[in-house]
Amino acid sequence: MERPIRVLVAKPGLDGHDRGAKVIARALRDAGMEVIYTGLQQTPQMIVEAALQEDVDCIGLSILSGAHMTLLPKIMQLLKANEGDDVLVVAGGIISDEDARSLRQEHGIAEIFGPGASTHTITDFIRANIKRPAVEG
Amino acid sequence: MELVEKALAGNRRALSRLITVVEAGDATARQALAALYPHTGRAHIVGVTGAPGTGKSTLVNQLALHWRAQGRTVAVLAVDPTSPFSGGAILGDRIRMQALGGDPGCYIRSMASRGSLGGLARSTGDAVKVLDAAGFEIVIVETVGAGQAEVEITREAHTVIVVEIPGMGDDIQAIKAGILEIADVFVVNKADREGAERTLRQLQMMLHLGAGEPRDGWDPPIVQTVANTGKNIPEVAAAVERHLAHLKANDLLAPRERQRIEREWTMIVRESLLNELFARIPASERDTLIARMQARQVDPYAAASQVVAAVFEDSI
Ligand SMILES: Nc1nc2c(ncn2[C@@H]2O[C@H](COP(=O)(O)OP(=O)(O)OP(=O)(O)O)[C@@H](O)[C@H]2O)c(=O)[nH]1
Ligand SMILES: [Mg+2]
Repeated sequence: MERPIRVLVAKPGLDGHDRGAKVIARALRDAGMEVIYTGLQQTPQMIVEAALQEDVDCIGLSILSGAHMTLLPKIMQLLKANEGDDVLVVAGGIISDEDARSLRQEHGIAEIFGPGASTHTITDFIRANIKRPAVEG
Repeated sequence: MELVEKALAGNRRALSRLITVVEAGDATARQALAALYPHTGRAHIVGVTGAPGTGKSTLVNQLALHWRAQGRTVAVLAVDPTSPFSGGAILGDRIRMQALGGDPGCYIRSMASRGSLGGLARSTGDAVKVLDAAGFEIVIVETVGAGQAEVEITREAHTVIVVEIPGMGDDIQAIKAGILEIADVFVVNKADREGAERTLRQLQMMLHLGAGEPRDGWDPPIVQTVANTGKNIPEVAAAVERHLAHLKANDLLAPRERQRIEREWTMIVRESLLNELFARIPASERDTLIARMQARQVDPYAAASQVVAAVFEDSI
């Protein structure tokens, strides 16, 4: 039986609005995914705990605060420490090419989407890259 | 099943996976449930229902905090609607439950209704079994806020809390028929708003008008709360506990459970039979029958009797 892909959409860091995250959440829903939306100002601990309790296939992080080089690696580290390495992690926001490369290559973030990325690109990427199959025995 | 053993031993990752498995409702789910079943039947299952935005999630958060402070373990299942257009869903109840984070004695899981009506998902009952078997003392189920009487929840929960708020439209009309029957505890939330007293009085009046004898000899208490500040939460928790004590003291738990099991089993038998039956009718035969119904050569009842009779004859 085909089960919907589950995605946690979270906004780590302290900056104040979540418009971008909400747009993504709606786009993922419209693409047939189940989106767990947790709102603003999430700590890495909160994000990882929620992702594991919700057994999501993917975590989508929206980040604008500039603290991505501390917050994102911390999330990856916590996931790994808690048997969550099979969760696909993507991020969106304003992140320099250099940081993006480092986040992908050194920290295991699967993809970084810039502010111009279309929601289609994002949903297609998630569908193609989740590590657990959407179809389960 | 290894996953079940791990989940029962307290592994949270396994527990999460197990809920995903039972949610899928397939053969693996049935295997898992078989292994779990002997461990179920211990938790106090509390349903929370009410119109959208009445403060259900906020109340659940506060109740869970209250019970955690008393050392009791709590799991929350929060159901939100699946979009009929895309099959996707936005599950937002966790937003109000941030305070429960970082506590191993508390577990929150969001569930999409996946096309099922009545405020719960088809597999909510099975997810409750997982949490029950995993040893949570209290399992709180927040229904979809559809604004109607969510009768389904009375089938899954021992105690049902119905959340109302002041000023919902036109007085008594706003209090939908049906909720009087399903509530074991009424909460008038947002009591910081105007009209809370009036809503309270209306509820009281309706309760006393409606019922001759209260169901199960239990008079549903009404508690006014301000869920976002925590006002009167201990009173709600106490009312819920009193209700369970009442069920126990009057030997009502076992008959209720018996009813629930009978209903659940009947539903499963019906579904399994239907699947078995359809598996035995060739697609071509089905198409022919449907075409004949469409041509008004046979009516649906007769066509149904025909296939049922054919299958039963074969098996004798
Ligand atoms: N003024 C006031 N606002 C409240 C109270 N309780 C909750 N709220 C607010 O009401 C809004 C909705 O609360 P939720 O807890 O999400 O309501 P809900 O019933 O779970 O909503 P759905 O799950 O979407 O049906 C939030 O903004 C809460 O902060 C209250 O007692 N007083
Ligand atoms: Mg809610």
